[in-house]
Amino acid sequence: MTRNLELGRRGERIAADFLTLAGHRVVDRNWRGRRGELDLVTVDRGEVVAVEVKTRTSLDFGHPFEAIDRRKLHRVHRLAREWCATHRMSPTRVRVDAVAVIVWRDGARPTIEHLKGVR
Amino acid sequence: MPVARSTVIALIGLRGELVEIEADLSDGLPAFNLIGLPDAALGEARQRVRSAAVNSGCDLPNRKFTVNLSPAALPKHGSGFDLGIALAMLAACGLVSPDSVARVVHIGELGLDGRVRDAPGVLPAVLAAKRAGRSIVMVPAVAAAEASLVEGVEIVPVASLRAAAIWHGAELDVLDDPIAAPTASVQAEEAAPPGLDLADVVGNEEAIRALTVAAAGGHHLFLLGPPGAGKTMLATRLPGILPELDADAAIECASVRSLSGLPVAALTRRPPFEAPHHTASTPAIVGGGSGVIRPGAIARAAHGVLFLDEAPEFSRVVLDALRQPLETGVITVQRANATARFPANVQLVLAANPCPCGRLGEAECSCTPMARRRYLGRLSGPLLDRVDLQLTVRRITAAGLRTELEDRRGRVTSASVASSVRESRSAAAERLAGTPWRRNADVPGSWLRGRNRPAAASLAVLDRALERGAITMRGYDRVLRIAWTLADLDGRGAPGRGEVAEALGYRTALGA
Repeated sequence: MTRNLELGRRGERIAADFLTLAGHRVVDRNWRGRRGELDLVTVDRGEVVAVEVKTRTSLDFGHPFEAIDRRKLHRVHRLAREWCATHRMSPTRVRVDAVAVIVWRDGARPTIEHLKGVR
Repeated sequence: MPVARSTVIALIGLRGELVEIEADLSDGLPAFNLIGLPDAALGEARQRVRSAAVNSGCDLPNRKFTVNLSPAALPKHGSGFDLGIALAMLAACGLVSPDSVARVVHIGELGLDGRVRDAPGVLPAVLAAKRAGRSIVMVPAVAAAEASLVEGVEIVPVASLRAAAIWHGAELDVLDDPIAAPTASVQAEEAAPPGLDLADVVGNEEAIRALTVAAAGGHHLFLLGPPGAGKTMLATRLPGILPELDADAAIECASVRSLSGLPVAALTRRPPFEAPHHTASTPAIVGGGSGVIRPGAIARAAHGVLFLDEAPEFSRVVLDALRQPLETGVITVQRANATARFPANVQLVLAANPCPCGRLGEAECSCTPMARRRYLGRLSGPLLDRVDLQLTVRRITAAGLRTELEDRRGRVTSASVASSVRESRSAAAERLAGTPWRRNADVPGSWLRGRNRPAAASLAVLDRALERGAITMRGYDRVLRIAWTLADLDGRGAPGRGEVAEALGYRTALGA
């Protein structure tokens, strides 16, 4: 595993813990669909939430959220519907959330930001 | 603070409309949406504002910004909205006081480092803000002098977005070396009045007299003469003998200059002088342009002199485009998205050679009669109809030059002519009190031929010319107008036989 992938996995673990504390039930991780992968799938108040997690170690190359563009969101949303179909779920709404995790190099507490319903 | 507001001015011609900027900060992936009919330059405000804010020490949150320009239907253009947009956004994130931002009108373009740059049309924008009842306007520091020409409005000059944010209550330190205001490069050049005096004109008393009459009555002037006769020299000296502009006219002139992107540091009381080249296009003369409607030469010459040298060389379309503004004193430029009105009350001075080679009447002319006829025929009748004074200017002869150079005492100066022009204008204004007209040139034929008709004896020579067919009825009116101006110049209550005869002499260059 390369360093970036390792960092990504770590960020996803941190995000999963954070979302659990926020009331989400994590139902799947790194689910591979036909056109890509969902970082996390959770259930939040009856809604299926596909969570896109972006992890960085600094803000030198911009905020993690800036790396999530329209096309990416579109893909995640489609994957989320695919996930529902595969798992025979028909929730009231399929939501996409974004979580930014900044794992500081000096070992300080990671900064976590969560945006609900970005698509 | 979810939504914050600030106000900017959208200019259409000289008319300015208040535009409200609403900045909304919402939870969403980082985005910056600018809506409300922005043009390309305004759309680029997104990049300028973000960089300027970061480089001014104001970190914008990585969230979704929606900036709306309202009224949404009004077309908006240019970069002068940057400052207003940036401050509305800073207010939306609570970095500055939203109340403070909401009550100020902002004008200025932002640099990437946060400096506030000049935007065209600061003066008309500040005027529009005042008319709309706003009392505080924030302007680029470089345009502080220009904005201060408007009285009764508090002007806040700022050199940088940081300074603007601090003024609005941001908790930022004043930097030791704040961004210096960019200096205006061409400011000094325009300030010095050109040293053009009538005393420089050698000989040509007749022409100076005609120029005086034109200035006194506000008559349009046509100068016909060979190259080197001094037509341009005379025309450029006309603004120097015209009465100074009153406050409103001076502000209007400065507004047009500001809108043209020319520097405006102080109010100049000297009437403007515009001499467009004869290759000028119609939009260059009447104003226009795609997207932004800019004033043309005729608007820049408003309240002053529009000089068309080599008038027959201008395109016919351009010349005829002058007719309507000469009539109404206003020019209306229509484009798909907006209609702009500019002042156009100019005094027109046309100059032409007598024929294409320019030698007619002086030396052997090499032009065919056909070429000659075509040349002056390009000036259409309806345009010349509006020109009261027609004058033939002759080259000075060697003998004339010698006597002139020996006897310099008789020379008139611009100052002395200007004072008689002033007196003459006030005499005309007094006589025309209670009518909508101020100058003899504005008076219609019905007034001239009606109750105020001069005594029959004075008009004998004119009536004979009309009977002979030497002049038309329109020409008759014009002679009367000039005769009135001559009477005003000579301090007489009404034109006498002498004035009428002299006035008739000013109609002979092209025939009546």
